[in-house]
Amino acid sequence: MNSTLDSQNQPRKVVEMRDIVKRFPGVLANDHVDFDLLEGEIHALLGENGAGKSTLMNILAGMYKPESGSIKVHGKPVTFTSPRDAITAGIGMIHQHFMLVPSQTVTENILLGLDEPRFIMDLKNYDQKIIELGEKFGLPVDPTAKIWQLSVGEQQRVEILKMLYRGADILIMDEPTAVLAPQEIDILFITLRNMVALGKSVIFISHKLHEVQKIADRLTVLRKGKITASGVDAKGKSRAELARLMVGREVIFNLDKKEAKPGKVVLKIENVHCLNDKNLKALNGVSFEVRSGEIVGLAGVAGNGQKELADVLTGLRLCSEGTIIVQGENIVNMDAKAGIRHGVSHVPEDRTHVGTAPNLSVTDNVIMKNYYKKPIARGWMLHSPSADKYANEMKEIYDIVVPSVETPVRLLSGGNLQRVILAREISSQPTFMVAMQPTRGLDVGAIEGVQKLLLLLRDAGAAILLISEELEELISLSDRILVIYEGEIMGEVTDGDIGKIGLMMTGTRQEQLESMGVQDAN
Amino acid sequence: MQTDSGKIPSNQGIFPFRIKFEERISDVPKWYTFAISFGAVVFALLIGAIILWLAGGNPWATYAHIGRSSFGSIGVFSDTLVKATPLILVGLACSVAFRMKLWNIGAEGQFFIGAFAASAVILIPILPETAPSWLFIVVTAAAGLIGGGLYGLIPGLLKARFNVNEVISTLMLNYIAIAWNNYFIFAVWTEAGFQMSKVFPQNSWLPRLTDLGSKIPAFRGLTTHFGLVLAIIAAVIVWLILYRSRWGYEIRLIGDNPKAATYAGIPIKKHIVWVMVLSGALAGLAGMSEITGVVHRFQGAISPGYGFTGIIVAWLAKLNPFAVIFVSILFGALILAGREIQPSGVPKMIQGVILVSLIASDFLVRYKVSISRQRAEA
Ligand SMILES: Nc1ncnc2c1ncn2[C@@H]1O[C@H](COP(=O)(O)OP(=O)(O)OP(=O)(O)O)[C@@H](O)[C@H]1O
Ligand SMILES: [Mg+2]
Repeated sequence: MNSTLDSQNQPRKVVEMRDIVKRFPGVLANDHVDFDLLEGEIHALLGENGAGKSTLMNILAGMYKPESGSIKVHGKPVTFTSPRDAITAGIGMIHQHFMLVPSQTVTENILLGLDEPRFIMDLKNYDQKIIELGEKFGLPVDPTAKIWQLSVGEQQRVEILKMLYRGADILIMDEPTAVLAPQEIDILFITLRNMVALGKSVIFISHKLHEVQKIADRLTVLRKGKITASGVDAKGKSRAELARLMVGREVIFNLDKKEAKPGKVVLKIENVHCLNDKNLKALNGVSFEVRSGEIVGLAGVAGNGQKELADVLTGLRLCSEGTIIVQGENIVNMDAKAGIRHGVSHVPEDRTHVGTAPNLSVTDNVIMKNYYKKPIARGWMLHSPSADKYANEMKEIYDIVVPSVETPVRLLSGGNLQRVILAREISSQPTFMVAMQPTRGLDVGAIEGVQKLLLLLRDAGAAILLISEELEELISLSDRILVIYEGEIMGEVTDGDIGKIGLMMTGTRQEQLESMGVQDAN
Repeated sequence: MQTDSGKIPSNQGIFPFRIKFEERISDVPKWYTFAISFGAVVFALLIGAIILWLAGGNPWATYAHIGRSSFGSIGVFSDTLVKATPLILVGLACSVAFRMKLWNIGAEGQFFIGAFAASAVILIPILPETAPSWLFIVVTAAAGLIGGGLYGLIPGLLKARFNVNEVISTLMLNYIAIAWNNYFIFAVWTEAGFQMSKVFPQNSWLPRLTDLGSKIPAFRGLTTHFGLVLAIIAAVIVWLILYRSRWGYEIRLIGDNPKAATYAGIPIKKHIVWVMVLSGALAGLAGMSEITGVVHRFQGAISPGYGFTGIIVAWLAKLNPFAVIFVSILFGALILAGREIQPSGVPKMIQGVILVSLIASDFLVRYKVSISRQRAEA
């Protein structure tokens, strides 16, 4: 499969990390960790939320200093004091949150912070260089496009090019697929294969086990800061085996889902129209209902109006037309509070910019939706002991790994941040919940837990709208699935037929499908 | 959004060393922040000493003199507290607004309008000269709060309604306030053509320590007035609001992430208006306290820029109401020393140097600086 591996008996170690220890106040994030990366391999790094994966990689990329331990790159001992040192040694890290300037072009972003060119001159020359670099690695981009015009997948390509342009031959990708649509993931994997074929080495962090099966050559597993499997051959590992390595117990992938008992209509929207952030049409006459006791899935390729739909349902975006009726009251164009009063809860897509206040504590973040209710509120006052008690309960129930509830949430690991949001939204006992990618960034054990909780909520009579790009999750959780395309609902699928969903996702209407008799052809 | 990894272009070339700045990723411990701030003050005093020495003065004697003329005896310390009183209130006004990232730089104007409103109670007169002192305190304080509050309401509404930048509107309103007061000083309440009103009746003055001089001889001549008590009560209330109330929680949430606040159903616009009103009211109270506690007549030039110094005070106190009290006393001392020391620009200069180095020291908290030998880098 891999030229360097085949042609040499003993592939060279490009990274050797030995005995790495990293402590944060109250946590031992890395506990004497060893890690090896071979030339020309894709090495998956697995582990539960808060296991210390991002920390270990931040150390390798020069962002954190380890308390003890040593690192060798290409056989030479190194000590990094900044990401600059790491990139000079050939190590580039691509973070989950891109660090690009939206108003500037691709080329400008790639050149930013470099000594060359001194002045913004003859950018054309550089545009050409970047096109060439992109062609070499299979990363097509338009160098003159402005960042804000690009999709998430394209922005990621720019980040990769930025590292390649700086001469990185070891790429660290921290959960690169969490923000990508399935098609974009396929493209990313082709790129990664291209890069290792050209002698680069890749470290790949992901919680999605089927991706690991598909792309990784070897894998290393961290649990609570310690290595539990190191440099294991990834080929031929089953999903169950991988899951057991990660969480140390069996994980059940098949949910036992009871038959839904839909009750009265909780949400009814009719003919909803709205614009997106760029003032283009995002929703174009959307109508549907969600009943209590059912989970309705919303499938669709990213950017077809899902986010805008979630926003209008929760009072974060204005509609130009239409009605949104929750429990009999039309709440269209009211603020979020109107929905919250009716028990609407919302797991937003963007957990750092919408779902949490990064510098505030875990307590302040979990009480966001009930701080004005007893016992946390006492008249005008906020009773902090009650708030802390509530936060500690949430920490227990949702297994949030954090030294104390006073910790600002910006210090939490990605998955634990998502748990903070889920804790807040699920525990509010909603009558109607909009959940957008609720399991993004969670480890397999936690995904199982959250899916069970969602089903429990449903069985307790909540109406749930589940928006996700992961068809598998959508099909296993939803009682029926609506498909959205360019701001319109194409139709409804009740039997979980992937073929039909796929066709609707690309713009075929249900009526057309039926007249074509596609169902039989499938 | 930070670009790249937050690097700042380093100087290079002639210099044999290379200085690199990298944004810190990990948090610094708390003591580090304190140590850096303390170091910055010491550094500023050293710079001040060098300047004094270059100007032909004796720096140590000057510093000793500043110390003596601000803290040297009960008498001068009392004067320091008099200067600190309006600073505390204005510092609180700014802290409240800045918590929500509302940049109210109009405390000076709100201070003037507060002083105007309190004077109006006495000069119109709304209360007769013979009204009891406590009634004067209650009514003039209320007038100061309402006057300043209304003057804060204007930029608040402009921002909430029409998204007018509060920096511009509050700054402009400062000039309007001064002109407004001047009209009354020159044209309405002028005393025999002088540009000031008549002296307020004794009953309307805020009680001073010296008023107790007949009973407690030690207080004789001390000008510290009841405004200090108002300021400390205000600090406690602001602390309760910011750290213990629902409103304070909402202000913190909006300040940290307005999108998350909207998502939680908090009406941001309403809060913009109310926070501006509270901020204005506190600055207005400062004006009332100064006019009835110190000046005792309505006139121009009642503030050596308290409204602007308050911004600095709030900033240095890291928006903490109790820290505001201490920083205000320090600045009160420097203002007072300005009267004692010739040239009187010296304490102002030191004040400036302290400020610049404290702000610069913040850079050290956020960035890591490393110095290495210059070498050709690939
Ligand atoms: N800067 C920091 N300050 C304090 N604690 C931190 C900091 N960064 C990480 N931690 C803590 O260290 C632990 C490991 O975090 P890390 O981000 O490495 O986890 P992870 O394996 O990447 O998890 P996830 O899958 O959820 O992203 C967590 O408990 C986290 O709260
Ligand atoms: Mg992580």
